[in-house]
Amino acid sequence: MTHELTRRGFLMRGAAIGCSAAASPLITPMSFAATPWDNRLVVIILRGGLDGLDAVRPWGDAAFASARPNLAGQKASALDLDGYFGLHPAMKPLMGLWNKGELAFVHAVSQPYRDKRSHFDGQDLLEAGAVSLASGTQRDGWLNRMLQGIPGVEAQTTFTIGQENMLLTSGDAPVSNWSPDVDVTLSEQGLRLLELTMQDDPAMAAVMREAVMLAGQDGDAVVAESEAQMMEAMGNDMAASRKGKGHHRIADFAAEQLRSDARIATFSLGGWDTHARQEITLKRPLEQLSEVLLHLRKGVGASVWGKTTVVAMTEFGRTVRENGTKGTDHGTGGLMVLSGGAIRGGKVYGQWPGLEEAALYDRRDLMPTGDVRAWAAWAMRGSFGISRARLEEVIFPGLDMGNNPHMML
Amino acid sequence: MAEGERSALFVIKNRRKLGYSAYECRGAVIAAPVLQGSFTVFDPVMAETRFGYGLSPRIAAPESIGVMLAGLKGRDAMADRFPIETFESFGPREAERIRLRRITRGRAEGDVEAADAALRDLKEQTRRDALKWLRQDMLRRVRTQTGFRERLVAFWADHFTAMGKGAVINMATGPYVEEAIRPHVGGRFEDMLIAASVHPLMLHYLDQNASIGPNSRRAQKKGGARGLNENLAREILELHTLGVDGPYTQTDVRQLAELLTGLKWAPLKGAVFLEGVVEPGAEEVLGKTYGPDGGVEAIHAALRDLARHPATARHIAWKLAVHFVSDTPDPDMVTLMTRAYLDTGGDLTAVYKVLLSHPSAWAADAGNFKRPITFVSSTLRALDLPVRWAEAWKPARVGRHFFRPLLRMGQRWQRPAGPDGWAEEDAAWITPQGMAARMQWALGLPEMMGDRMPDPREFVAAALGPTPPQRVVFAAEAAENRREGVALVLMSPAFQKV
Repeated sequence: MTHELTRRGFLMRGAAIGCSAAASPLITPMSFAATPWDNRLVVIILRGGLDGLDAVRPWGDAAFASARPNLAGQKASALDLDGYFGLHPAMKPLMGLWNKGELAFVHAVSQPYRDKRSHFDGQDLLEAGAVSLASGTQRDGWLNRMLQGIPGVEAQTTFTIGQENMLLTSGDAPVSNWSPDVDVTLSEQGLRLLELTMQDDPAMAAVMREAVMLAGQDGDAVVAESEAQMMEAMGNDMAASRKGKGHHRIADFAAEQLRSDARIATFSLGGWDTHARQEITLKRPLEQLSEVLLHLRKGVGASVWGKTTVVAMTEFGRTVRENGTKGTDHGTGGLMVLSGGAIRGGKVYGQWPGLEEAALYDRRDLMPTGDVRAWAAWAMRGSFGISRARLEEVIFPGLDMGNNPHMML
Repeated sequence: MAEGERSALFVIKNRRKLGYSAYECRGAVIAAPVLQGSFTVFDPVMAETRFGYGLSPRIAAPESIGVMLAGLKGRDAMADRFPIETFESFGPREAERIRLRRITRGRAEGDVEAADAALRDLKEQTRRDALKWLRQDMLRRVRTQTGFRERLVAFWADHFTAMGKGAVINMATGPYVEEAIRPHVGGRFEDMLIAASVHPLMLHYLDQNASIGPNSRRAQKKGGARGLNENLAREILELHTLGVDGPYTQTDVRQLAELLTGLKWAPLKGAVFLEGVVEPGAEEVLGKTYGPDGGVEAIHAALRDLARHPATARHIAWKLAVHFVSDTPDPDMVTLMTRAYLDTGGDLTAVYKVLLSHPSAWAADAGNFKRPITFVSSTLRALDLPVRWAEAWKPARVGRHFFRPLLRMGQRWQRPAGPDGWAEEDAAWITPQGMAARMQWALGLPEMMGDRMPDPREFVAAALGPTPPQRVVFAAEAAENRREGVALVLMSPAFQKV
């Protein structure tokens, strides 16, 4: 036994370095190198297939109301965007952003994925940024490819937030993952003992240190004074995600990271697969998206928001006509949501193809007239000055970005 | 003895002498490591921690390599005791889903609202059943006498990753593993390769269902709107057999894809081969010609040849060594395993025997960081989770104790990101999120274990064996309460890196 540890010796050592939790090596903040950029980019993947026609309703299109007898709703001036399009009532809280020019949409866009309309393939392709999965070769995500080879990029530059790893940020470039509903709450004694046992493996100790630091940044303190407080703190995290407020924590955590060293944050929002009773089922995801944008804006503060671009995209749109269960099925052309102080908002971008049957894709879906990857590419070009050649050859191989849509300020 | 009276009480004898000579816990005596010169050539504790799902206070560790290998051949006691549905009975669920959806989409006659409700019930019932299968898998790991067998099932299920895309079928991985993987882990590689490659779930997952020979009868009739899909062919070569650095070209991928045409799972018909989409003519893969008109037999022949290829032998040997021993395995061990594979025509038990007989398999400085599922499973085994409790849990509780924590730790149950399965490198798992999620789950164990939460001082030996690191012994003793003490043992490098 080389390490003669006794309780007394341990506690005395603890006393020598001070008993406040802040002095524990496990919760000493680490210092990070300078980041490569000043602008911020947030990418939100809307999983399940957002019905763009319901979120941003083409009131100006004569075929709209007849295609959606139960879903079209009433045209309301309070939700009018530009005389042609109107917002879904659940997104009404965003009218303020729209009026300030901090919210925009791109309509009738999609990725190149066609016909099979599978969520899984569609999401994989959307995140891989590839044209097809048939060759089975693209195993990293486009956002990770953007980061590869950029000097100054560290794990803390990019945060993937939420329970699931995302293909979007998977790859050789370092990325941080964190889910705010994960929390470490233990007694001060427990924290010190954790630090002690971790000495047997320095690599693990370093990661644990970062874990404790991140856990301390997402709402609850790491060190609880009593076991009751500890249970309460852990219960709060679980309860928050169970009660559907998990998206607030995700947005708040993203904002907190973006305010300091992070430049990119990405996460997913689910619930968009509205095959039935869409009038009810789409309300909550749209409210959540709205709340996320408002939380982000508030969380980063005015100065950072001015440098921020938020891009929300989905794997495909949904059928133009509503189905027999008052919902919509998997379609093709859809909607992209843009927000942030760095964008030229207050505008619905894109080329509207029309909803008459002959204009539809496959006579059922909104015809895509633009590629979501091109819009994402312009956002990266505008935010980080990535060259067009890299965007078209490496990040989205084979993409033609087309003309600059000038959606960034 | 009734389960309720048991406790994880260990008696450690003579541990200061040679590491230890005997180690017992309520009837489960663990023998001493076997030494040969200065090398350890077998250690019962490591047989459980490195090659199984950890130590159990109830079940004795294997006494020898021979016992470990014999455990692969005997009756599958865990599958009998904790059954999981096979795909044969799962398949009709998918057929039912398709039938109901045709009604809800107006493509078939029927009551739309009733079909919609039935569809929701079907999805919900399947989801609940899948949580039950997750629990069964965990209980197998808690109670198995041959942890190595369970680890191999997980290893090969990952090697042949397949998962459903779509409601209902996305719960099919457990049944697929039960049928295509589990029976073959102690057998010949080629049998498992064939069982997995032509399995309905694999045909679905890697888009073989969508593949149509460009000159097939179907393509002629329909104008060839959809063509060949190379996905399955590529993954067979790149992931399942030769390996990404293997000696194959794009032409081989294409030719194999053409050979595979015809394999197609049609849930309503129960069929897995359709002549109409077969690409006519012979195909040449790695210089050997198959067909023409060989049908399923020609496909099997090609798969057998791929299985026996030296590049496959090396790929499999290397992957096993990395998975069980170290991210950077001893090249000598890999070479010997490769030779055993080739000498026996891919007899996997012969390969495992070489792996386990090599001194570097037992090196104290080797080992891997546990994946989340291994971390959770070995915790449950060390805690001796009472079977009767877990069997009485409602699905929601399985979700709370197992499914969601695993998700937070970075391992969604049976859903890796792609066909290449879960990452092997330790670095992929030692992440802040992953570590914090492990800690969170470990600190929440009293909710699962109730009054069966062990004394941390005893739990040190239950989880780590007779020679626990001194720092962990100290921490378990100094912890303020059982919750933190047990969590500290589980979070210790000694428990997590085996």
